This record gives sequence, structure tokens and C-alpha cells, in this order.
Amino acid sequence: MPRMNAAQRHVVDFTLNGQKIRAEAENRMLLSDLLRHEVGLTGTHVGCEHGVCGACTVQIDGKPARACLTLAQQVRGSDVRTVEALAPGPAELSPLQAAFRRHHGLQCGFCTPGILMSLDALLREQPDAGREEIREHLSGHLCRCTGYATIVEAALAAAEEQRKEETPNA
Amino acid sequence: MKPASFDFLCPDTLEEALAALAEGGGEARVIAGGQSLVPMLNMRLARPGLLVDIMRLGTLRRIDTSGDEITVGAGVRQAELEAWTNLSRDLPLLAAAFPWLGHVQTRARGTVCGSVAHADPSAELPLSLVTLGGAVSLRSRKQKRKVKADDFFIGMMATDLAEGEMIEAVHFPKARPGSGYAFREIGRRHGDFAIVACAAVADDKGLRLGIAGVDDRPRVFALPALDDDQFDDALNDIAWSLNARDDIHAGARYRRELVRNLGRETLKEASRCRA
Repeated sequence: MPRMNAAQRHVVDFTLNGQKIRAEAENRMLLSDLLRHEVGLTGTHVGCEHGVCGACTVQIDGKPARACLTLAQQVRGSDVRTVEALAPGPAELSPLQAAFRRHHGLQCGFCTPGILMSLDALLREQPDAGREEIREHLSGHLCRCTGYATIVEAALAAAEEQRKEETPNA
Repeated sequence: MKPASFDFLCPDTLEEALAALAEGGGEARVIAGGQSLVPMLNMRLARPGLLVDIMRLGTLRRIDTSGDEITVGAGVRQAELEAWTNLSRDLPLLAAAFPWLGHVQTRARGTVCGSVAHADPSAELPLSLVTLGGAVSLRSRKQKRKVKADDFFIGMMATDLAEGEMIEAVHFPKARPGSGYAFREIGRRHGDFAIVACAAVADDKGLRLGIAGVDDRPRVFALPALDDDQFDDALNDIAWSLNARDDIHAGARYRRELVRNLGRETLKEASRCRA
């Protein structure tokens, strides 16, 4: 593959929320900015831009990752999911999102999209995740207003609900 | 908080990558997972003219277990080594260190060799590599060389890596039966950089204690097998021999105190694991 010039925009082909997408980005563009400014999906929030706060967390090939620590060019060919992929339809919430609403897992909502993407990946990979695993995943996120206690409660409730659905006779 | 501009190359072969690094000289940098480099780019502490993305080079994405060491290629992500089936048998020190290493979200992308290349003086992987007596394989277009980890780290985020060179792999000596390993760390928040981290090995040759977060690079000390009440003098000497400094996170005095206390706990745990 030829050297890509700094002054030009270059094509980035990847899958975004289940759909093939072709975007354009300068080499220096971060995935977080590609999503927000080029594609127009502003659900992914940008906080610290050096990987500490976790607000920009998305899923890359199924794993939670910092969009602000990923160059747009690094996701060529990858499968990226953002918070916009969670709700099954307009005015509907996913079970995890509904649990956040029920248990007061969000207040200002700034850190919420990142937290949801981390927990969504956790509950898919480890359906039996308990308080400890949830807290471990949350340690990569800063929340400054809601408080972590209700976020953990919301995640535990979502995990419980998901387990019930998967074993209807239990 | 946005990177300055740079050219980008995503080579299909290692030869192509090495040629670009040779041509780029000091202007060219390797990018793998980006979890150490992209923050530096965002803060413009690093302003390379060319980034060479090595993550599409399949030959670098291997964990090789031949011989008495575990060789981790430059494309292996931290989460991949963490999930490796034989980790707790062959690299128990790393199994103990991984929970402290960044966050789930950064381990998913960051590579093992990338953390070694970044050489943060408080980072867990350089500390583990030095404590185990591991090595780093470096490669340029012209030559290959293998450097002992203790010689590779030369200062604050400074390594023996020359212009045009890249890390091809790092080598961790395989755990031997009858040896004990332990890892402890104190940080402000779980997953943050360590204020002080300690790694220890206890085997038939005695004890080894590695310390990160105090000096400008991870440091390792050999100790004879000691009784519990003999640790204090040895640890006090080690604490004073390190070039501890005050910074925004902690004072030099507190860091020395952590070396004494955390060091003792880590050595004791490694000795216990051996028994």
C-alpha cells in the first residue's frame, strides 16, 4: 500500500453499526472526530482526548476501545459499533439502556454512551458478570455527577434480566 | 488536543515497513495499538513525520513458546496475551500484573511491545520484563539484535532503540517449577499509572525485586534469600539508592516508604508462592 500523504484526505472503508460505510479522513483524524464530524453520529462523546475519561468508548471488532486513542485510518476493514447501535428502534431502549433509566444510572449523561458500550460488550462476553466484573469495567470510565453506585445497580439489573431471558424455564 | 499532521503507511510486508523506517530516520515512528503513542500525538509531545502501521503484518502477531522463553511479537495485543491459555502456568508474574495494566478498554487495543517501546518508568510490562530478566529483539533493514531488557531501558521514556529500528518481539523467560512470583501496585485509581509498582521472583538463586514508578526506569535488585526480619535493612538501602522525586502524584519520601512496605509484601508473597 502506498504512503498516504499528510495533506490529503484518504478513504476509510469500515463497517459502522452493521452498515458498510466509506468515509474520508486526514491521517491525523481520530476515530472520535470521524464519527462525530464526518459521519454525524454525535452519541460518542469526547472528554479528555488522552484515554483517561472513557467518554468516547466504542466497540471495535466487538471489544470496547477508546475512539480518541484510535486513528480513523486504523479502523479500515474493522467493525465499529457506537451507542447509536444499542436501541432497537426510535423511541425504544435496549434492556441495558432501560435499566439505566430505571435505576437512575445517568444524570447529565455525558459519560453514559461510553459506559454503555463497555457494559454492552461485557454482558455479551460474560453473561454471568457480577458486581466485581462490572466495577472492573467501570474503572475505565469517569463519572462526575451520577455516582457509580446506581450505575453498578443498573448494570446488575440488566445482567439479571438478560440471564432470565436466556433461560426462560429457570 | 489533536495530532499534528503526518504521513501514514500501512505496509503489507515487514521489509516494506523496515525500508520506510530506514528512509524516515528520526521522523518515522511505528504505530501498533496506539494506546501509548496516540495520547502523545494528541498532546503533541510526539510529532512524527511518518507513522508506519504494523498491525497488518501477520508474522508479528504471534506468541511463540519454543525453548525456555515466551516470545511475544510486536503485533500481539495486551488482551491477547492476557487471554493466552498458558499465561498463568508459563508467565505467572504477568498473570498477576495484567489486572493493574491500564483498563480493559486500553488492553483491547494496546500491544505488549508498544508498552515496552514507550518505556514509561511506572509501566507494568517494562517492569515485568526487567524483573524476569527478559530481552528485546530489535530489527532494522540492515541488522537484527537482541538486547537484555535491563540494557534496553535507559531513562525516562528513553530506550536503546536506534533510528530506523523497530521492536520485533519481546522475550519473557518461562516460569520454572519451584519458583514464586508476585506483583503489587499502589495507584490513585485502579488502572492509573502506578505511584510505585513492585514485582518479585523467588527461586533457588535467591530473590529478585523489580521496582517501577520511582527511578527514571524500572530497576531490579538481586537479594539473597532472607528471613522476614532481614528484609527491612535491605529494602531501606534499595529505597535510598533509587532516585525518588516529588511530583504532582506523590512525594519522594512517600515513594521510598512504598518501596519499603510494598517491597516487603511483594517479596514475602513471592517466597510464599515458592513454598
